[in-house]
Amino acid sequence: MGRLSFFASELTGNKTLFFGLSLMLMICLLAVLGPLFVDFANSRVGATIPRSPPTMEHWFGTDGQGRDMFTVMILAMPQTLRIGLTSGLISLSVGVALGLIAGFVGGWVDTVIRLASDVMMTIPGIAILVLVAANVREMTVELMAVIVATLSWMVAARTIRAQTLSLRERGYVQVARLNGTSGLKLVFVEVLPNLLPFIAASFVITVSNAMLATVGLEALGLGPQNELTLGMTIYWAQFYGAIIRGMWWWWGPPILAIATIFVGLMLTSAGMDSFVNKRLGASS
Amino acid sequence: MTSSYWDYVARRFGIMMLVVFLAVSINFALPRLMPGDPIENQLNQLMASGGGAMGDVGAMVASYRARFGLDQSILTQYLAYWQSVFSLDLGYSLTNYPERVGDAILAGLPWTLGLLGFATLVSFTIGTLLGGLMGWPRSPRFLKTFGSGVLLLSSVPYFLIGMILLYLFAVVFRIFPAGGGMPFGMSAGFNFETFRAIAWHATLPLLSIIIAEIGAWAIGMRGMMVSVLGEDYIALADAKGLKPKRIFLRYGMRNALLPQMTKLAMALGHIVSGAILVEVIFSYPGIGFRLYQAIQSKDYFVIQGIVLLLSVSIAVAMFILDLIYPLIDPRIAKGK
Repeated sequence: MGRLSFFASELTGNKTLFFGLSLMLMICLLAVLGPLFVDFANSRVGATIPRSPPTMEHWFGTDGQGRDMFTVMILAMPQTLRIGLTSGLISLSVGVALGLIAGFVGGWVDTVIRLASDVMMTIPGIAILVLVAANVREMTVELMAVIVATLSWMVAARTIRAQTLSLRERGYVQVARLNGTSGLKLVFVEVLPNLLPFIAASFVITVSNAMLATVGLEALGLGPQNELTLGMTIYWAQFYGAIIRGMWWWWGPPILAIATIFVGLMLTSAGMDSFVNKRLGASS
Repeated sequence: MTSSYWDYVARRFGIMMLVVFLAVSINFALPRLMPGDPIENQLNQLMASGGGAMGDVGAMVASYRARFGLDQSILTQYLAYWQSVFSLDLGYSLTNYPERVGDAILAGLPWTLGLLGFATLVSFTIGTLLGGLMGWPRSPRFLKTFGSGVLLLSSVPYFLIGMILLYLFAVVFRIFPAGGGMPFGMSAGFNFETFRAIAWHATLPLLSIIIAEIGAWAIGMRGMMVSVLGEDYIALADAKGLKPKRIFLRYGMRNALLPQMTKLAMALGHIVSGAILVEVIFSYPGIGFRLYQAIQSKDYFVIQGIVLLLSVSIAVAMFILDLIYPLIDPRIAKGK
């Protein structure tokens, strides 16, 4: 209970985090519940009259292929979020595991992990992504998440490694070690709980990076061709010259949705930053 | 220089070599890991869609077979690939056949370097100043409110800002051109007309990168400024009765600037891969747009060449920067 009320007071005191999380919650609710209320058929090519501006019947208008844009948006949102969250989770788990191992084991293991993350950070992610995506015959949502994840685990690994290194030398960990606590138990019982704020902060950053890479790849036309995603919607709008043709309702909604997601992520991340750093300041 | 500096240099050099090695190997391995013969596939597709000059296809297949040396052992192929990379022989474009990949890259590079170099320097200057002022307690309130707005904008991917700018200033109000690097059919010369035309066409892409980047620079600078202002020497300067402007510039900004410079160096290193999508949105003739066209037409060797260039140029740029950092900030070489 104590922990929960601490969290609640933190939320009311930290407006940035509060707004960020509310925004993210709203987006997630829309993504989960939205698809229950729309007719999937309206998102197919040729379902309606193409190139119609917003009307009472089609709230967001229709695109050049006759898809109802409102339906497209509702169905594309969860897909984009799914890619971002899945690859965020994968790269976070890999990053945390590698960071913990590097920080705890040290020696040549640490050197190898550090070297790998240095190298991966220098390679331009988008370039490798383009190459992989160009070689894959058919892109799917799952494959996309895995590809993006392989290129975004480094931030989490570095953060967690640095924190592990500093935690390892703390008094209570030393005492636990002297008491004969075994390595694995030490990690999971003594160290990991104290890393939770950092893991949460890394998660937001990782998801944000993953979404950025995902949307970028999709907008280049390398996303899942047979699925509706926010980035692919932008790609098709761009491909058919929707901007020059003045069809703002085609590219406007996906831009708005993506912008909202990123603003939400940034507010959450900025809010968490002051949260994490305050605890850091208090404990050291 | 001390031995720790050389240890650091050796380590960084090793990382660069590893990156180059990996980039070339990935470039070599990926098409071979995929099912089917990439050349056969690409060319068949090309034939089916009626693109390219038909007469050249036979010669192209032969040339690529020879290049890939598909009948030889994988090791021979790998070594041959390295050789072609070293001799900068990256093959031909599949869709614009006689064009060499190297030439395609060279044609786009000046546009990209110019656009991004300028945008990065401008957004760095404005963003750093804004961030410094935002972290300074005596700044007027409206500045902080304005700054928060800019920070929010910076979280939105820059190509989305570009699309909105394009719509507003090239479609609704026809002030700026909708695309291209200079007017169609205009021949470039070293004169004012050319310069003006290029600047006119670059305005919107520049703006979209600058708007999106300012916030990122401001965030970093504000953070540094706040922590610098907490230092004892600021309190001392204040107690000595120095003018606030002097404290702000000489004590605050100056000391908070170092990490920003480091980041600027890094940003300059990433310049080539920076704004692929902005070039796409504005049909700007840089290598980002060329990459997009290559992806569109499945022009595999151009994709491969540009990706290779991106990886290697960043690896080399990062290494050069790594050499310079410790000269600016000696703590770096000692710390690692």
